[in-house]
Amino acid sequence: MAEKGVAQVWRKIRAIYNIQGNICKTCDTHFFPPRLVCPNCRRKGQLEDYKFKGLGNIHTFTIVRQAPEDFKRQMPYVVAQVELDEGARITAQIVNVDPEDVEIGMRVRACFRKITEYGGGGLIVYGYKFEPVLKVTGHPYP
Amino acid sequence: MTRRVAIAGVGISKFGELWEQSIRDITLEAGMLCIFDSGIRGGDIDAICIGNMSAGRFTGQEHLGALAADMGGLGNVPSYSVEAACASGGAAVRQAYMAIRSGEHDAMMVLGMEKMSDVTQTEAMNTMSVASDWEWEGLGGATFPALYAFMARRHMYEYGTTEEQLSLVTVKNHANAAHNPYAQFQRPVPLEVVMKSGFIADPLRVLHSSPISDGAAGLVMCSEEKARELTDTPVFIEASTQASDTLALHDRKSITRMDSVVISSREALKKAGLKIDDIGVIELHDSFTISEIMQMEDIGIAKKGEGGKAVEEGITQIGGNSPVNTSGGLKARGHPIGATGVAQIVELVYQLRGEAEGRQVEGVEKGMAVNIGGTGATSIVHILGR
Repeated sequence: MAEKGVAQVWRKIRAIYNIQGNICKTCDTHFFPPRLVCPNCRRKGQLEDYKFKGLGNIHTFTIVRQAPEDFKRQMPYVVAQVELDEGARITAQIVNVDPEDVEIGMRVRACFRKITEYGGGGLIVYGYKFEPVLKVTGHPYP
Repeated sequence: MTRRVAIAGVGISKFGELWEQSIRDITLEAGMLCIFDSGIRGGDIDAICIGNMSAGRFTGQEHLGALAADMGGLGNVPSYSVEAACASGGAAVRQAYMAIRSGEHDAMMVLGMEKMSDVTQTEAMNTMSVASDWEWEGLGGATFPALYAFMARRHMYEYGTTEEQLSLVTVKNHANAAHNPYAQFQRPVPLEVVMKSGFIADPLRVLHSSPISDGAAGLVMCSEEKARELTDTPVFIEASTQASDTLALHDRKSITRMDSVVISSREALKKAGLKIDDIGVIELHDSFTISEIMQMEDIGIAKKGEGGKAVEEGITQIGGNSPVNTSGGLKARGHPIGATGVAQIVELVYQLRGEAEGRQVEGVEKGMAVNIGGTGATSIVHILGR
């Protein structure tokens, strides 16, 4: 399928490896993913690259129990909208937590993870997931 | 002076998993039925407009406008299809409305269809996901049900909406579908069963979600003059409106309302010179039961945050103040994506002509259909009247 091409992932690597979006200097609004035009200011907008700090709170979440092929191995998994401290909201998985412990308002930070792989010989996609703060990233023991 | 646009005939195929029928078969069926219902001569149809989301991915076939013209023996009439995700059907109705109203065409056939059961459930889910912001929501593993679960979770958090209220929408829609011979699920389902069905994306369960369906629906739309020649019971389109919102749910200021629905429904009422209380029967887009509750609030039959309570009070039942989804809605009539927006209009026409046997709302004069695409990035509203 078209959406599993290498180029389609490769051209967004900067954004998904670093949570890099942009900010409009005219209205001071942050955007993720980066926008090509500021929807508030349109031609008066001045967009500059911005690397998000990767800290935020869970705005809403769900536990996915029926997933497409590329995510089946991870089921059940938590996916959430995280409200980043800068204001933009981002859709991402929440990891390193028992799904039953996730709640709205929970403080989370970004971590770098494998997102999915496109079948046996396909591309492996890396990028952002989020985890509760105060936990050691990737460490299996408390 | 622009002219009024009428619906002279309607037709609908059975909705369900139609393994014996191809996309050609169901398209032809709905097309023939609406032509027979209107009494129009095939040669008097001067254009065809198709509403379809993703036949290319679901069946491998695109170019459905030409396919419909060919299969129906309508020869050289111009034909095309429009796409607006789950609102594709509504978009096709609106395109025909504009074309007839402008005078460019006089009589058109509108067909909405989707054939979803030819692919595996996983493939069907992948295809449905492209109605959201696939690149940036799908990347996080957010399935289409997950996005509606986001809304449901937040609605429960902000307004105290309960799982039982979400489930009561299913119970009502199934009860209505029991009287709809075209519906996919023509049987009632008890509340306990809904509330014990498996989660697909918490808090949403299987029985809070519309199914994977095959089906097609068709309309013959024409000028008022032509309609009066054809039928004694024309139904008129009193308003057709449309609005957009951000493609991705995470870009909305609030995810417990759909601004596109608020704007398009308000504008439709204004254009028709009506208030929401004048509308006697409503078809809402209950792809998941939370969306019916949110849209009740967005169109104004319930106060913000009180949609769930209004369901409990029964205002949306047949016999209630504002009956919603007498057809069974997307949940129980079925949701062949491109067909849905047209099927909503078919149900309103049956209601307005007094032909909705077993589920008829008494004395209904005006009906409204809300057809949304994606998570509300498109909303198309039609108001119909006798």
